[in-house]
Amino acid sequence: MSSDVRRHGASEPPAAAARGPHPGTRAASPGNRLRRPTRGAARRTTLGWLFVLPALAFFTTFVIYPLVTAVQYSFYSWNGIGASTWVGFANYTRVFTDRDLLISIINALILIIFFTVIPVTSGLVLATLIRSMRPGAFATTARTILFLPQIIPLVAAGIAWSWMYAQTGTINTILDSVGLGFLSRSWLAGFGTALPAVGLIGSWVLTGLCTILLLTGIGKIDASLYEAVRLDGAGWLREFVTVTLPGLRQEIAVLVTITVIAALSSFDIIYTTTKGGPGTSTLVPGISIFRLAFTQSEVGLASAFGIVLLLLVLAVVLPIQLLAKERS
Amino acid sequence: MIVNKAEAVIGRVVLVVVLVLTVLPLVGMVSGALQPADRIPNGISWPSDPQWGNFAVAFRTAHVWQLLGSSVLIVLAVVPLSLLMAALAGYALGNLRIRGGRAVFILFVLGLTIPFEAIIIPIYYQITDMGLLNTRWAIILPLIGLYMPFSVVWMRAHFLGVPGELSEAARIDGASVFQEIRRIQLPLAAPALSSLAILLFLWTWNQFLLPLVLVDDPDRRTMAGALGAFQGQYLNQLPLMFAGALIIMLPTIVVFVVFQRQFIKALLQGAVKG
Repeated sequence: MSSDVRRHGASEPPAAAARGPHPGTRAASPGNRLRRPTRGAARRTTLGWLFVLPALAFFTTFVIYPLVTAVQYSFYSWNGIGASTWVGFANYTRVFTDRDLLISIINALILIIFFTVIPVTSGLVLATLIRSMRPGAFATTARTILFLPQIIPLVAAGIAWSWMYAQTGTINTILDSVGLGFLSRSWLAGFGTALPAVGLIGSWVLTGLCTILLLTGIGKIDASLYEAVRLDGAGWLREFVTVTLPGLRQEIAVLVTITVIAALSSFDIIYTTTKGGPGTSTLVPGISIFRLAFTQSEVGLASAFGIVLLLLVLAVVLPIQLLAKERS
Repeated sequence: MIVNKAEAVIGRVVLVVVLVLTVLPLVGMVSGALQPADRIPNGISWPSDPQWGNFAVAFRTAHVWQLLGSSVLIVLAVVPLSLLMAALAGYALGNLRIRGGRAVFILFVLGLTIPFEAIIIPIYYQITDMGLLNTRWAIILPLIGLYMPFSVVWMRAHFLGVPGELSEAARIDGASVFQEIRRIQLPLAAPALSSLAILLFLWTWNQFLLPLVLVDDPDRRTMAGALGAFQGQYLNQLPLMFAGALIIMLPTIVVFVVFQRQFIKALLQGAVKG
């Protein structure tokens, strides 16, 4: 009995815990009176729950409870102050029929190109190109600079880039100096250029993270695999497809997950550069929710949109996670 | 590793181009900040008469001392409390394996995916009801809750990795849970805790949505939140706005350059676990 309890401690591999109760290994649980748990084990469980409680309390108060309240709000028409009326699913119908709200969902999906596709692709190219670099002052400096956009607040990135894109700003100055002045314009004010322009700010913020993470991933790939394909006479493309890409599957899944979430729930960058304009050309769900709730007093509709955003994130992220788990 | 010369050269060139693109917006901001404050700045060039005074003016008018103080207070409340609670919960879920712990863990994992925008509205009314609107508590308390899923999942992962034999040995020797935590677990958890502390510091310092919605007075916000208010204030004095933005970014950049090894490690692990 006592040896049983001791073995239970933590020597059980994590996977076994996931597979459910094993006969004999659950003796320490207080509910299982027949197995005569030792008093120490029962105390541990009580103590364990006491340890979880503060974290769980904060999480429940400021995440679960607001989430439940958001679902509740979403079924009402409420201006935030007066009485509210039950409207059933009407707010959800409006999310999918209101032109502006639909546009903000579509814009968020387009942003995935800039927040996910561009950074992960350039990260792969860069990491492949610089994997051979010897460690030294240059490599360290490069790493520091590549990481800089991750450190500064997104708001500061937004301010820096509004200046890049301004009429008299950096990009137009450079275009002028190389004789392409006819291309210059106010990039954030044009209906056609605003969304790609804010999207590229996202690419700027995320490319460094992708490169460094993928570089670390490449470092873990067995070097002899590279030597083998090279000896086979493979070029860089075949080497990339047969060795690098499969070896980085896990890292790519992780990066796609974070960057897609960043794209769908973007707020800071757009709030500081365009606030959704011109017109609705850079409107995203975060900005729509903020406007609906805090300037247009449509609290019910805003809440419904928040829930839709959450479901959208889950709908995109869960398949990626399952796919990554299955293949690994 | 067999890599031919041409590839190495191309690699360098591409890397340098990317590095230039990375610093260009920041250099542009410095160039803008040094131009005369009463004019619309022009292009990226070193001004003939750099206005270093802009930084002094921005420092004064933006109440940078108050802002720094406010951000430090918020960080000092959020980070230690989150670390303590996450470490305890992570230990219970990862080491003690309490009954029902799996359900709690799944709840936290699902919490990882919730965008702040989806629940900011109820949080606003909740904080109003608590009478905390426009106080620093309006940022501190919800942030602890919002960062809790990540913090707990992070600490649980650490405690799962600690060999069970260590706890076992301590228990056989008659150590109580508290002795075991203090003598064995805490020293082992130091790297995981310090990485988590770095991430929480960065996220709190740079948090924008919560201060924007919950605190009107820029002097009681986080640095990033204040920067948002700053932007409206200096729309007609762009050089001052750039100077202010640079001043506000400086503390994190300094901390980053000093602790860059730890920062990069923390952010990479954070990405993988998050």
